[in-house]
Amino acid sequence: MSDGVTQGVTGDGADAPTLEAVIGLEIHVQLATATKMFCGCALSFGDPPNTHTCPICLGLPGSLPVANGRAVHFGLMIGNALGSRLAPRSIFHRKNYFYPDLPKGYQISQYDEPLCLGGRLGDVRIHRVHLEEDAAKLIHVGESGRIHGSDASVVDFNRGGTPLAEIVTEPDLRSAEQAGEWLRLLRATLRQLGVSDVNMEEGSLRCDANISLRPIRDRPAGADELGVKTELKNMNSFRFIERGIRAEIERQRKIIEQGETVVQETLHYDPASGAITSLRSKEEAHDYRYFPEPDLLPVAIDEAMLAAAREAMSELPAQRAERYERELKLSADSAQLLAFRSELADYFEAALAAHADPPPPAQALANWIAGDLVSRLGEGEDPSGSRVRASALAALVGLVAAKRVSVGAGRQVLDKLVAEGGEDPAAIVEAEGLGAIGGGDDELAKIVAAALAANADAAERVRGGNEKAIGPIVGAVMRETKGRADGTEVTRLVHEQLGI
Amino acid sequence: MLELSAGAAIAEIEAGNLSARELFAFYRRRATEHGGDIDAGGLNCFTWVAEDVPEAGEGPLAGVPLAVKDLFCTEGVPSQSGSRILQGYRPPYTATSVQRLQTAGATLLAKANQDEFAMGSSNESSAFGPVLNPWDRGRVPGGSSGGSAAAVAAGLAPWALGTDTGGSIRQPAALCGIVGLKPTYGSVSRYGMIAFASSLDQAGPLTRNVTDAALLLEQMIGRDPCDATSLEFPQEIARPRAERLDGVRLGVPAELQNPGADFAGAELQPGVRAAFERALELAQELGASVQEVHLPHAAHALSAYYILASSEASSNLARFDGVRYGMRAADATDLLDMYTRTRHDGFGAEVKRRIMLGTYALSAGYYDAFYGRAQRVRTLIAQDFTAAFADVDLIVTPTSANVAFALGEKTTDPWSMYVSDFFTVPMSLAGIPAISIPCGLAAADGGAHEDETRTQAGGLPVGLQIAGPAFSENRLLDAAHALEQAIGFAEGSARV
Repeated sequence: MSDGVTQGVTGDGADAPTLEAVIGLEIHVQLATATKMFCGCALSFGDPPNTHTCPICLGLPGSLPVANGRAVHFGLMIGNALGSRLAPRSIFHRKNYFYPDLPKGYQISQYDEPLCLGGRLGDVRIHRVHLEEDAAKLIHVGESGRIHGSDASVVDFNRGGTPLAEIVTEPDLRSAEQAGEWLRLLRATLRQLGVSDVNMEEGSLRCDANISLRPIRDRPAGADELGVKTELKNMNSFRFIERGIRAEIERQRKIIEQGETVVQETLHYDPASGAITSLRSKEEAHDYRYFPEPDLLPVAIDEAMLAAAREAMSELPAQRAERYERELKLSADSAQLLAFRSELADYFEAALAAHADPPPPAQALANWIAGDLVSRLGEGEDPSGSRVRASALAALVGLVAAKRVSVGAGRQVLDKLVAEGGEDPAAIVEAEGLGAIGGGDDELAKIVAAALAANADAAERVRGGNEKAIGPIVGAVMRETKGRADGTEVTRLVHEQLGI
Repeated sequence: MLELSAGAAIAEIEAGNLSARELFAFYRRRATEHGGDIDAGGLNCFTWVAEDVPEAGEGPLAGVPLAVKDLFCTEGVPSQSGSRILQGYRPPYTATSVQRLQTAGATLLAKANQDEFAMGSSNESSAFGPVLNPWDRGRVPGGSSGGSAAAVAAGLAPWALGTDTGGSIRQPAALCGIVGLKPTYGSVSRYGMIAFASSLDQAGPLTRNVTDAALLLEQMIGRDPCDATSLEFPQEIARPRAERLDGVRLGVPAELQNPGADFAGAELQPGVRAAFERALELAQELGASVQEVHLPHAAHALSAYYILASSEASSNLARFDGVRYGMRAADATDLLDMYTRTRHDGFGAEVKRRIMLGTYALSAGYYDAFYGRAQRVRTLIAQDFTAAFADVDLIVTPTSANVAFALGEKTTDPWSMYVSDFFTVPMSLAGIPAISIPCGLAAADGGAHEDETRTQAGGLPVGLQIAGPAFSENRLLDAAHALEQAIGFAEGSARV
């Protein structure tokens, strides 16, 4: 992760100060509880509309909410994972506003006494985490696709009342890329906790970004004055989040460079057109008239609940990466590449546990998984769902490490495993004649001698100290051996035969 | 049949001397004949009466019919909370308290008229018209459970269910000469009660006598998993049997005796004072001691109450937006227009006034000055009661400063109407139980009544309020029972 200081946005004009972006995120996470936040309806996605409803989540007269203990438990787990302070007593408030997706005319949410305060994930400080209920889903019929100008609007209450954890960061992010990278870490963390499906396409992870720019120049050290911010709403894919933030930074930069002032407002990014438009419908200067929800008691956290939340914690991505570095001596980059995608890390650990003979070194295995294997699979694909068994990959990397198969031949074996599967890479090596040439016999020495003879000029330059000139010689050997020769062994033989 | 209290009717049914279906048919006929339109000679105390005689309920309530305030949700039966915005609304589920009574054998006779969303002290804010007081048809029955109180007083239902937010059971019970009990907050589930003010609303019985109140309460109490604020009642509700009050210390709050200039309208009418003092004498004759106690913050209860209750109401009533159920204004041009016109046409003046008041009190910049301060007053009042209950067992006051007033007398002056709750609101804020029992008659003009027997026509009932600490319902019912016997109020005087 970058240090987050200066991926500055440079102005065109010579006099314009360099601007830096200041970004804070608000992430809504649907919690994977069995039932809704305040009633017994099952959570659902994609079911026929209004099939998971009851008097409570429809806001029928006389109905009352009862808080979902499992959602509180998940909230505490998230707080633990982020290193937050867990409030012994937190309170649900009513956030009052009228909208057809809000059947009670208020959203039950936590306000000034949230469940979790403070914390940190990676380089980013956490402001707070609180629990609330999701709104229902509005579907607008007509061309506009928005409530204004639509022919009709219908409401699907299946989603209404789904438990949400809202995670609010401090404004510690400095670029769209960094925001995207950090969100991936958050997603991996939440997935590892098992508290959410964290699926952006299905809306179980949604993100708003607060964005402002400020000049880097003339800012005394330690000053954290912020520019006017805008809020970019409800982006639902990592790609769109990064694009949206980038577009908004660019928009603000132009405004500031033209000597004008950014207006504080809520914005919508349209990923199709790339346009940023002001959101008015729901957001017009609201006074939400928050007050404590009289239908619910304060959430009182006792020692048993804290213990249950601690016990339910599995190893988190950041901890996993640290363990890979410490125990397996992986490079920091490799450790994070695997750990922040828990499916890769799980696959990596399964491969290590296969006890292949000869054993694959951990770093080599990590490189093969994060590099060769991932590049051969679809984007985001879980390798455990592919034809390549973790044990087979472990065996292959073991053979390569023992120099019984060259790297190039190993990649050919991997191609075969991706396409056809199979348990025993050694058998593929055998069947395809991909075994490494070299080692004891002098077959390779003869091929090297022939290559030296055929590339006398290059041989002479190598002898003269130009190591780069070895390329054509090695290339000739590889052509002759169809990639089965070990590069290091070939170099050694070249040097030996040239007497250097 | 009419002379049987609900408890007596249960005994007769259980002894095989009376059929529950016959009793239901009898009351259904009376309810239909006398509970409907004023133009047709009715009291307008019901908004719905059962069309059929149902199968007799089984259980401790033995099928005795029950009238239920309109704001309780009853599956498939109109539940309109006295409002035009819910006209014709039939909920898909039944309130827990009603369900429990039905499980115990009660049968649903009728839905009772009420002030719109329980906001009122005279039943005149109902969208379905005012209810007449059976003691004098030119007068109000009190509110907001006015239909329930009038029906029980007139003998159109053996007993009824009401709700009390700031006095809505006790005050109409007093004005109609019957018994009304507001239980400890949390002891009866609120699930299925169309909410007015969530932190104050509490269901309770309106009955002919104290024993009936205990019988109904016994079946209503208890924790409900659907109401997070409900509590397990620490004891069973016993049948009240006390005849004496030996050793019982009664406290009379000085601050409620002399309301002061700020509360014009809360001064006791002479006839009410006379009846109240006579009740205190009787209590002493039964062995009780009477002493003055202090509730130093009680004078601020009314202000705090109207801020808190209105604030909660402004939010509770937001769901009536025309989107999913109830009324929707036709021909709206857009969403905002639909909201505005639906709520403009659907709510009455008093409801709009309180929504405005509550919205203002919760607004940014005003929250601390109004809602926050009112909450602090509420805490202080609860502490006042706790301190007072260190010295006395029960607190007694008149339930209302006045007898039933004339229809229309206070509708143009909201403040004078709000002052009707002066004696009942402090207990609501403290969440403690309080019962109102009839303690005599006063003259129609509020003057002292001449007739010592308290049965002469032309008099109007006066209510005595007895309040105790949280969950002291058994003690409260016992004391009320002893006083009821001693007072000997002629409960049948308002029968139609």
